[in-house]
Amino acid sequence: MTTTPLLQITDLHAGIEDREILKGISLTVNAGEVHAIMGPNGSGKSTMASVLAGREDYQVTGGTISLNGKDILEMSPEDRAREGVFMAFQYPVEIPGVSTANFVKTAVQEMRKHRGLPPLEPAAFLALMREKMKLVEMEQQFLSRSLNEGFSGGEKKRNEIFQMAMLEPALAILDETDSGLDIDALRIVAEGVNALRSKDNAVVVITHYQRLLNYIVPDFVHVLWNGRIVRSGGKELAYELEEKGYDWIKNESPAEV
Amino acid sequence: MQTEQTALDDVVQGDYKYGFESNIEQDVLPKGLSEDVVRFISAKKEEPEWMLEWRLKAYRHWLTMNEPRWPNVAYPKIDFQDIIYYAAPKSMPTLNSLDEVDPELLATFAKLGIPLEEQKMLTGVAVDAVFDSVSVKTTFQAALADKGIIFCSMSEAIREHPELVRKYIGSVVPPNDNYYAALNSAVFSDGSFCYVPKGVRCPMELSTYFRINARNTGQFERTLLIADEGSYVSYLEGCTAPQRDENQLHAAVVELIAHERAEIKYSTVQNWYPGDKNGKGGIYNFVTKRGICDERAKISWTQVETGSAITWKYPSVILKGNNSIGEFYSVAVTNNMQQADTGTKMIHMGENTRSRIVSKGISAGKSQNSYRGLVKVLKKARNARNFSQCDSLLIGDRCGAHTFPYLEIANKDATVEHEATTSKIGEDIMFYCQQRGISAEDAVALIVNGYCRDVLEQLPMEFAVEAKKLLAISLEGSVG
Repeated sequence: MTTTPLLQITDLHAGIEDREILKGISLTVNAGEVHAIMGPNGSGKSTMASVLAGREDYQVTGGTISLNGKDILEMSPEDRAREGVFMAFQYPVEIPGVSTANFVKTAVQEMRKHRGLPPLEPAAFLALMREKMKLVEMEQQFLSRSLNEGFSGGEKKRNEIFQMAMLEPALAILDETDSGLDIDALRIVAEGVNALRSKDNAVVVITHYQRLLNYIVPDFVHVLWNGRIVRSGGKELAYELEEKGYDWIKNESPAEV
Repeated sequence: MQTEQTALDDVVQGDYKYGFESNIEQDVLPKGLSEDVVRFISAKKEEPEWMLEWRLKAYRHWLTMNEPRWPNVAYPKIDFQDIIYYAAPKSMPTLNSLDEVDPELLATFAKLGIPLEEQKMLTGVAVDAVFDSVSVKTTFQAALADKGIIFCSMSEAIREHPELVRKYIGSVVPPNDNYYAALNSAVFSDGSFCYVPKGVRCPMELSTYFRINARNTGQFERTLLIADEGSYVSYLEGCTAPQRDENQLHAAVVELIAHERAEIKYSTVQNWYPGDKNGKGGIYNFVTKRGICDERAKISWTQVETGSAITWKYPSVILKGNNSIGEFYSVAVTNNMQQADTGTKMIHMGENTRSRIVSKGISAGKSQNSYRGLVKVLKKARNARNFSQCDSLLIGDRCGAHTFPYLEIANKDATVEHEATTSKIGEDIMFYCQQRGISAEDAVALIVNGYCRDVLEQLPMEFAVEAKKLLAISLEGSVG
């Protein structure tokens, strides 16, 4: 018996306006796995994250994306989120006047509604938030502060992982979550992600550097270059890349336009 | 694939849910304005001679004035002879109980959600409802009378409390103050009157609902609120109108008098019909609101303005007494083709006077939203302080936000601070919210409510809830 992959991307072509950025990506992610997507700047990493999450600036011109066997390409970003796609943003936005607690509550209740669950009672919700904040060593005062407003880079990233913990996604995409983090924040964020890993979910880590992968150890590493996955392997591939640099890949792969 | 712009547009295209019309027999005067019309209105209301003279003087002055052209709004010239100046539900007997009210009228108010019914007594809201030109029913008069509080229609006040009306009417907004105030003074049909005696704290929120129903009718209500020494009152007004293709004029005057140590809190949720997406129809809302503070008195204006094709209003405070306080909290939303030019004037005359202005403008669609505010500190106003915060939020890239702050400071002790920000609900924020499972529509509501929080929390609880819903409805279909 074969199991349906959690995420199945087949020959995905996508771009912005008339420029094709992803030129035929195929990727299979099973539940319980961690995949790292590595690549130099401009290779299409962030585009891939945005297309998975359904950002409407990008046009998908070919291929398919399915989540648990369900085609999600035609779904709105919010429907994909409700189906279990979560993206930790490279640059989380600030929303003045909307407290972190209120924002997260709104999101969680939407998810629950989608899953046919009753809204959480305020007391239960607060207890849940307190529990999940501990995962990323976030202090409670952040709950009443406006979402990400005046947060440091590290605090914003911890807030992303806190939201991931609250929403319990099937598929978490971490888009350059390590950028701008000092070593302590990096450890906290990574430990949070590790604590959330289970046999039922999967994580796709998008990163430029190997550093984060010391903490979130991937089962598979894929190297993205010029809109294609040019090499896949185990976690050793990340070390090899770190050692040899991306030029190694660039020189080996034919650069076509 | 759907673009972000469309997703946002979808959010904004909501229908005006107050756009129904009631079929009530109306007593309507033919179109047009003349001394005879003024006399007719006065006679219809069985007014004393002095009131008629006051109206006529205002009318004659109005004839010499010109329509203001300085606001940042554009509209065709109004033909003042093409307006009906008096429309009233037929046969207005003195109403002793709700049973005597025309059921159709009650149904209208029920649709509006006005707490006229007896059970609303539990919520502690006293209501005066002005339907077209006439005040229909004032609840809780007896409960208020126990405290010596007078809360009734303007017409009744002129009959029953002429000494108070005569003393205060026009004392804050004189009949010759401006074009629309003069017009209102000549033809005002009704409105609310309130007097809170010395040292009395009004035990409930007082509330007036204004409804324009008749066709081609102008509404000119006049509200006069007097808080005597050391008293307190919180007053709310709400407004709706049917959906019509033609523009209708609403030119109201509100005067507040806060005597020594008195406090008046005046909240407005304005939801006149804004016109359709292409700018057809809608109310022209040209309103003069002003209050005056004696020593240590405080006046606080809070407004949530979502309706009207054009809004032109500047609720102001004259800080005459030493140590008096003026506040203005405003949310003004414009969508589609709406235009708003609104703000406040804080006139510091006394020493140690303080004022605070918090204005939140939200523009969507192709609308234009202007904040216009004056902070004036007179020579004698030692240690006057003002803080102003004017924020603009743009939704989409076809709308406009403008800020016209005027500062006239004649005393070097004054401390005047002005902060302004402009922000935009952009694709990044929308996508972030959507990625968390929040629909575009809910995201806009969430963001806008957060943005307006400082103002909304000034409203009494139940009205804050209503205002939040209204904000969401007004912006349905708008982001980009």
